[in-house]
Order: sequence, then C-alpha cells, then structure tokens
Amino acid sequence: MRNVWIIWRKELRSYFVSPIAYLLLTMFAAVSAFFFWIFLRGFVEYGMEMQMRGEMFPMNINEQVIRPLLSNASVIGLFFIPMITMRLFAEEKRTGTIELLATSPVSDAEIIIGKWLAAMTLYACMLLFTALNFAFLFKYGNPDWKPLAIGYLGLLLQAGGLLAIGTFISTLTRNQIVAGGATFGVCLLLWVISSVSEFETATWARALSYLSIVSHLESFERGVLDSKDTIFYVTLTFLGLFFTARSMESLRWRS
Amino acid sequence: MISVKELTKKYARNMAVDHISFEVQKGEIVGFLGPNGAGKTTTMRMLTCFLPPTAGTASVAGFDVLEQPLEVKRRVGYLPEAPPLYPEMDTVEYLTFVGRLKGLAGAELRKRIDYVCERCAIRDVQEKLLGRLSKGYRQRVGLAQAIIHNPEVLILDEPTAGLDPKQINETRELIRSFAGGHTIILSTHILTEVEQTCQKVIIINKGKLVATDSVHNLQSRARGAELVLVEVAGRDGKLDSDRVQRRLEQIAGVNRVLLKGSRENRHTFEVESRRGFARGDLARCVVESGWELNELRPASMSLEEIFLQLTGEEMPSEARKAAARGAPE
Repeated sequence: MRNVWIIWRKELRSYFVSPIAYLLLTMFAAVSAFFFWIFLRGFVEYGMEMQMRGEMFPMNINEQVIRPLLSNASVIGLFFIPMITMRLFAEEKRTGTIELLATSPVSDAEIIIGKWLAAMTLYACMLLFTALNFAFLFKYGNPDWKPLAIGYLGLLLQAGGLLAIGTFISTLTRNQIVAGGATFGVCLLLWVISSVSEFETATWARALSYLSIVSHLESFERGVLDSKDTIFYVTLTFLGLFFTARSMESLRWRS
Repeated sequence: MISVKELTKKYARNMAVDHISFEVQKGEIVGFLGPNGAGKTTTMRMLTCFLPPTAGTASVAGFDVLEQPLEVKRRVGYLPEAPPLYPEMDTVEYLTFVGRLKGLAGAELRKRIDYVCERCAIRDVQEKLLGRLSKGYRQRVGLAQAIIHNPEVLILDEPTAGLDPKQINETRELIRSFAGGHTIILSTHILTEVEQTCQKVIIINKGKLVATDSVHNLQSRARGAELVLVEVAGRDGKLDSDRVQRRLEQIAGVNRVLLKGSRENRHTFEVESRRGFARGDLARCVVESGWELNELRPASMSLEEIFLQLTGEEMPSEARKAAARGAPE
C-alpha cells in the first residue's frame, strides 16, 4: 500500500510539473464551459419562450441542463483520456526508468495501481472544473444534487475503465504517440459500437452494443445507480489492469 | 554472495547467455568483461530480477532470483547502462523517490540522501533538474541511486561508458571506494578498467563463459609473450624490409618478427619475444646496423587479442589494425 502511494505521488507530480496537466485541465474546462453556456442559454431562452406564450410546461434543470452536460463530459473525456495515459509506461520504457521500477522491491501490481490511480486523480481534477459550472446552478437555481452526484460517479467509473485500457496500451509500446493514438482509436470504437444495434437486432449485435462504454452511462445520467452498469465499468477496469499486469510480465520474458 | 549456476537466457532466435556459472565472494569487486553484445547486460538483468532466466539458477545473498525476487531486489543496487533518471525531477527529489521505493523513510532517508550526495560528489547539483545534468553528473546520480539503500550487492552496467577521461578516473575511484562494504559486479569492455578496479574478472563472449580468473593471473596469461613495435628507417635512400626483418630475427630472445607496414623507406615491425627480453638489445641492433630507430614501444595486448587467445579464433582484420595502432580499447 505504501508503495502504491509512492508511485501515485511520483506520477501525479510528473503530470503537474509538465504542461500536460495544465493543458488538459484548461482544455477540458474550456470545452465544458462552452457547452455549459450553450445548454444554459438554450434552457433560459426556452423558459422565456414558454412564458411569452403563456404556456406552463414543467421545466427541469436536471433533465434539461445537467443531464446533457454530463453526457457531453463523458464524450469530451474520450478525447482527453488517451493524453492522460499515453505516457504512463511508454515514457518509462523509452527512458529506461522502467528498469529502476522493475528492479526495486515493489510488485508489478503496486506500480500499475499507483499509475492508474494517478491518472484517475488527474481525471477527477478535470471533472472538478465542470463541477464549478454546476455550482452556479446551485447558487441561482435549485437543482437536485443526487442525480448529479450519481452522474459524476458514473463518469468516474467510466473513466476508470478507459484509463485502465489506456494504461494497458501504454505498456505495449515505447512511443507515446503510438500509445495515445491507439488508445484514442479504441475509445472511439467502444463509443460508436453501440450504433450496431440501430440496424441489427441479432444477438451478436446486441452483445456488441452492450460493450459500448457510453450506453452504460445513461442510467447514471438519469440519476439511477444501476448495479448492472456499475459492474460493467468495474469489470472493464479490472480487465484493463489485469492485461496491463500480464503485459508487464511478458515484457520481461520477451524484451 | 552471488552464485550463478548454468544460467541461460534464450531469445526467440539467439542464445543471449549460454550456461554460465560463476561465484562471487562477499566484498569482491568483479569485472564482467566482454565485447558489446556478449551477454553482459542480459546476465546483469537476470541478477537484478529484471529478466527471468530461461534455465539455470542465480542467487544473490542467498535468495533465488526467481523464488524470492523482492528479497533479492532489497539487497541489490543496480545502475543500468543508461542511468534511469526522470528528467523532470531534481536530484534530491529523485533520490527521495528512489529511497522510498527501496523502503527508506523519514530521518533515515534524509541521512542516506545526505550521505550519497557527499559520497558521489553531487552536492552542487542537488537542486538541478536531472534532464539538464551533464553526462558525468547523470552517471554519478545513477550511482547515488544505486547505493541509496546501502545494498549488499552493487551491479553496475558499464559505469564509465561515455564519460571523459577525468570523469572515468573519478568514477573508478568512487567504485573502488565502495569495496569491502559492498560486493560489486561491474561490466565493461575496457580491459584497463578491469585492471584498475577489479580483483577478479569474468570474461564472456557470445553468451559463453570464456574465463574467470583473478586480474593478476589474466595479465600474466595475456603477457606470456612480449610484443614490441619498432619503426625502422633507412638513413639514406631505400631500405630493404627483408634485410631488416632477417637482422631482427637474429637477436637472441626474439621469437617472431612481423612486418606490419611499410612507407617508402620506413618499416614497422611487430617483434614478439620471450618475457623479460631487453628492449635495449633491439634498439642497439637497429642503430649498430646503421638504420634510424624512429619508434620503439610496447604493443599492449588489446582485449580483442586476449579474447582471440582465449577463444582461439581468427583475428578480424579491423581488430588487427586497431592493435597495430596500439589502440587501448
């Protein structure tokens, strides 16, 4: 446990002494803020239109602003996750520091979990910036906080799976760009895969679309904590980290 | 302290390390000698538990590298060929990180960092980013990293590669100063390095063990015969090389004379003679015959030649030229 903590601290530090963390935080905050503005504007205009027409449709800020924004955040996250994970192992392999880690009295699992947790922490910091947007909603409105909290939990769980996959891919190469590109490709594939069910209803298509990382987030966005979806993400995370461990081991047998 | 039995590492196509066995006693400094690609790094990586052996066993401080890798890692300090530095950290930060990884903490860690900074003479770069350090300092920080947890065994992979002559001497001095307290294996392809630093030498070539011996024995083995390079020139006009060769061969104690090169009226000969042969005889002979003695110097036996002697292989022409030039490496 102590070793996980040491690795975690080192990884987080190297994120924040290089421009990468600030770049990611700024970009993520900017894109999220942009969408926040769009959706909030739409919401306000819609409300004024209703008033002018004298119609009284029920307005729900959770449904009309928070939910699409959370869904947006997950898609924006897809673009940023490769940038978080690509250096994790590729960089250590390129500079040879992997030899230091592998010859220190630390287990592979501790290294992997420490690194993955650091990536999670950075992603959580990025989400924190979007939470600032929502803070305004709480100041001037009265949204329900529970669906929002569950939505964030969903985003974190989803990111856990994707970051684990990215960590795994980072062990396969010593080139960061290759790791990042491949991770992005896999993320994208896991995102669009759900669309097969739109034109195909066979079992294989249903199974394939079940693998989609986005469709499992829908229940969280609605504020429902569904064990099925939670288990999906946890399994994905576990598998990703498991493959990372196997890959690290095979690195030693082959290298 | 280190015991290696029939250690083998096989990659898909080639045998990197082929049934190597040797022992290293506590407190010894052992040189691991071989040309590039001989399997030195692979062997060291197996001893540090970075690579698992394909066959055979290796144990460090009584712990098997496959059975109890964590125990081995705790007792080994390792400096890979390229010092494993994080460019974005400064020296103290880096040593703190490595120290923690090796299980140090608190006041003890601070004490050790202080000690290794002093020992490896890196105090003046304590707050410098590792990415900005010169090669010599990088190497020293690498060494500091290896000894931070006061390991029983130090494994150093080409610790002087790429340094300038002054740094090489400083590094060797430093390594020698670790003797006694630590058991040290260092790899190199430079013979003089072994002569200066080590007590024992293990020579490997193409993954196979060629010889393990003390440095003293190796030297006398390599210098069973003495080699001298002589350049002779005619005082005026042309000089017949055959005549010079015949004359040199007549000197008592000379076994063999080889013409190494000729330029107009100057000829270079390699003279192989019995041990203890007086070079003065050679000089006198040349001068008394009425020739100029341009140069007379001992041809040190290069590593290549020792290898060839030990492995009984044909000398490649490039190595031969290098030896003729007297290149020490």
